[in-house]
Amino acid sequence: MLEASGLECVRGQRRLFSGLSCKLEGGDLLHIRGENGSGKTSLLRLLCGLSLPEAGEVRWGGAPIGKNRADFHRALVYIGHRDALNGDLSALENLRAACALAGRAAPDLDARAALRRMGLGGCLHLPCRALSAGQRRRAAIAGLLLRPGGVWLLDEPAAALDDSALRQLDEILAAQAASGGMAVFTSHRELAAGRARQLRLADFT
Amino acid sequence: MSAPASFSPGASAACAACAALLRRDLSVAWRRRGEILQPLLFFVIVAALFAFAAGPDAALLAEVAAAVIWVGALLATLLALPRVFADDYRDGALEQLLLSPHPPTVLALTKTLLHWLLSGAPLVLSAPLLAEMLGLPRHAWPALLASLLLGTPALSLVGAVGAALTLAARGGGALLALLVLPLTLPVLIFGAGAVNAAAAAGGIGDGGDLVAAPLLWLGALLLLALAFAPLTIVAALRASLN
Repeated sequence: MLEASGLECVRGQRRLFSGLSCKLEGGDLLHIRGENGSGKTSLLRLLCGLSLPEAGEVRWGGAPIGKNRADFHRALVYIGHRDALNGDLSALENLRAACALAGRAAPDLDARAALRRMGLGGCLHLPCRALSAGQRRRAAIAGLLLRPGGVWLLDEPAAALDDSALRQLDEILAAQAASGGMAVFTSHRELAAGRARQLRLADFT
Repeated sequence: MSAPASFSPGASAACAACAALLRRDLSVAWRRRGEILQPLLFFVIVAALFAFAAGPDAALLAEVAAAVIWVGALLATLLALPRVFADDYRDGALEQLLLSPHPPTVLALTKTLLHWLLSGAPLVLSAPLLAEMLGLPRHAWPALLASLLLGTPALSLVGAVGAALTLAARGGGALLALLVLPLTLPVLIFGAGAVNAAAAAGGIGDGGDLVAAPLLWLGALLLLALAFAPLTIVAALRASLN
C-alpha cells in the first residue's frame, strides 16, 4: 500500500502544492492531472523518494519509504520523462541491465517477447540512439511488462506514442490493476479507459 | 557448491546486480573505445612532451621522471572523470541506480571501479613504458608500480565524489578540476615521494623506510577513501538529482 500524507512541494520560491494526501491499494490506478509546470513530475519524484517533501511523508506498507527503502524499491518501477535507455546499447541490453539492477533477472526470452509485443521486434539489436522518441518510449514501456505487480510511477508514459502503442499501454495498465498492482501516472490524455482515479493538483495549491 | 553462511541472499543479489552493472558499462565502453583510449594517449603525450622540452639532458629527465609520470597520471584520471556519471545522468539511468533495491553505496563503488578499470589500470600498465622513456632507474620500477596501484584507485574515489557533486553544475568540467585537484595533493606527494626515494636508493629493496613509508601512507589514503567516498558519492548524487 502506497500512502502519501500532507505532502508539500516547494521549488525555488514557488509552492507547487501543499496538504496533498493520497492512498493507493492493490488494483488502484491514479491519474495525476495538472497544467504544465504544476508539479506533476515533482509529485512523482516525491512518491518514489528521489526528492524529499518540504512537509509530509510517503509510506509504503505502513512505514516511511526512507525506513524500508529496499522493500519499496523492489516493488517500484519508475519511468521518468527520460527513458533511462543508454544510446549505445540495444533495447534488449537496456532492459536486461535494468531488470538486473532492479533485482529481477529477466530471462532473455521475456525481454524479447516484451519488446516484440511493443512492436520493436524488428529493432531488438539496434542501438537505442537509432530509435525514434516513440520507439524509445515503447521500449521503456516494454520494461513494465517484465516487472508486473508492485507499484508503477510513470511520468508521461503516453508522450510520443502512436495510437496502437497507446492501446497497448491502456491494456498494460488494465492488466496491472487486474493483477492487484498499482500505478500512478501523469498524462494530458485519457489513459486506462477512464478506470483510473483522478487527482487534480489544482485542488492542492 | 553452497555459498558461505555469512553471505546473505541480499548480499549475493547485490553482487549479481553490480556484476550486471559492470558488464553493461563495459559493453558501453567497448562500443566507445576510441573515446576511452583518449586519457591514456594524453598520459603518454604529456610524458613525451616533457622529454622533448627538457632537452638532451638525460640526468635531469631521470630526476623529474617520477613527478612527470605522477602528474600525467593525475591529469589523465581527471580527464576521464566527467564520464563516470554524465551519460547516466543525461539519459535518466542514474535515477534508476538510486531507485534500485540494492545499497546505492555498493553501486556507486561499482561505477568508481569501472572508472579505475578504464583509466587507472591502463595507466599502471603503460607506466613502465614511460619510465623507460624518461630514464627512470629500473630499480625504482617496483615502487612506481606499487605507488600507482595504490594511488590511482584513491584518485578514482576522490574524483568520483567531485564528478557526482558537479553533475548538475554548468561548466562542470573546470569546476571538477578545481574541486578535485587540491584534494589529490596527498596522493601526488606520497606517490611521487615513494618513487623518488626508490630512485635515489641503490637497488631494488634499498631505501627501506624512505620507500615503504610513503607507500603505507598511500595505502592508508586508499582505505580512507574506500570508507568515506561511497557514502559521499551517494549523497552528492542525490543532491545533484534533486
